[in-house]
Amino acid sequence: MKYVDEFRDGKVARNLARTIAAEVQPERRYHLMEFCGGHTHAISRYGLRDLLPPEVRFIHGPGCPVCVLPVGRIDSAIELARDHGAILCSYGDPLRVPASGRMSLLRAKAEGADIRMVYSSADALKIARENPDREVVFFAIGFETTTPPTAVALRQARAEGLKNFSVFVNHVLTPSAIQNILESPEVRELGTVPLDGFIGPSHVSTIIGSRPYEFFAEEFQKPVVIAGFEPLDVLQSVLMLVRQLNEGRAEVENQFSRAVTREGNLKAQALVAEIFELRDRFEWRGLGEVPYSALRIRDAYRDFDAEVRFELPYRSVPDHKACECGAILRGLKQPQECKVFGTVCTPDNPLGSCMVSAEGACAAYYTYGQFTKITAVAEAS
Amino acid sequence: MCLAIPVKVVELLEAEQALVDVGGVRKEVDVSLVDGVAEGDYVILHVGFAINRLDETEAQRTLAMLREMGVEPGAAA
Ligand code: SF4
Repeated sequence: MKYVDEFRDGKVARNLARTIAAEVQPERRYHLMEFCGGHTHAISRYGLRDLLPPEVRFIHGPGCPVCVLPVGRIDSAIELARDHGAILCSYGDPLRVPASGRMSLLRAKAEGADIRMVYSSADALKIARENPDREVVFFAIGFETTTPPTAVALRQARAEGLKNFSVFVNHVLTPSAIQNILESPEVRELGTVPLDGFIGPSHVSTIIGSRPYEFFAEEFQKPVVIAGFEPLDVLQSVLMLVRQLNEGRAEVENQFSRAVTREGNLKAQALVAEIFELRDRFEWRGLGEVPYSALRIRDAYRDFDAEVRFELPYRSVPDHKACECGAILRGLKQPQECKVFGTVCTPDNPLGSCMVSAEGACAAYYTYGQFTKITAVAEAS
Repeated sequence: MCLAIPVKVVELLEAEQALVDVGGVRKEVDVSLVDGVAEGDYVILHVGFAINRLDETEAQRTLAMLREMGVEPGAAA
């Protein structure tokens, strides 16, 4: 078993799609939000929309960490490298996200700022060890999956007594974002975003477990199915959601049981709790300020907090006027509804964050959207 | 950014590191976040770290369920 090919079998996919079509009730619509950008990517890449009956509609949520990073935070990262002379270590994806004044990390790098792409927080630590006379800052972004690796680096830096290493923390929390969407006027009062159920994040859930979603199922009466990333995982989860909705149930079910338990990864959770604490509020692109939706470094590790070390103030900056990322991230609009989609804004020259990473809805639509009739699921058979 | 992939642990190394096989390429990763990783285990790899172990019994059960869900259209849950 390789845990990949087995979950891409085209024949099983078509059978599953047939079962879904047989079970949907024709008078009903099933609006399913896939919170996680990885699912958005899988849905587009494998042409799952075309396999499903028209009654099932996907709504793309804000689950791409690059997409939800607001302009002001990228500005601060650039400032660290350009004005404070630090070596800024960043994952690859944030490099092309547009910042203020037609800037981006990549452009700042071209203009001479010392910005380096790393694959892991451990690489940033290595750069700090190799450059003892320079300040090295790790630009930490991501959801609950990326936070434990940042915590490991912080613990290691302290153990080694590294004096020139700090972390600019932008780690955000999935449950707070889901709650923000469910409580938004678009969903609650206006009904402009009909939301019947959630395809729950896969890898985030390997860390936090399925338990945090029980609150949504109970409080908001929305079914949640934690789903793996492969095409069969997504299809099976859709069927599980359709069945819950048909039967009037709103429960948390776990399709991704090969990696997710109710409790999650307790070791990772304990480490994160030791090093991080909740922020009162944090700005998300598209959602605005969301209370208790992000993490910051605890006092015990304060010496390694770049925001403290460089007295970094936060300035909120509006998105580009033409960009609809905000509405897309809240499930209000689809990428094609943005006037500059595919013309002014492309993956090579992104105007907004949703066009940057492969998991952004605009990038997923742009890359796979034109070829919706060709499904990789069919190719795989 | 969120993408994480299943990889096979080929060899355990010192200091909670391990060699894994990523599509035929050997790579050194950090396994400190997962207790008791053994050679031959499959783990989910994300930004250079193993973030969880995959459970073969559960995976087989899911595959069996997938086949079942496909062959009996209309079958109740
Ligand atoms: S197409 Fe570009 S500008 Fe329009 S919403 Fe998407 S990322 Fe923003």
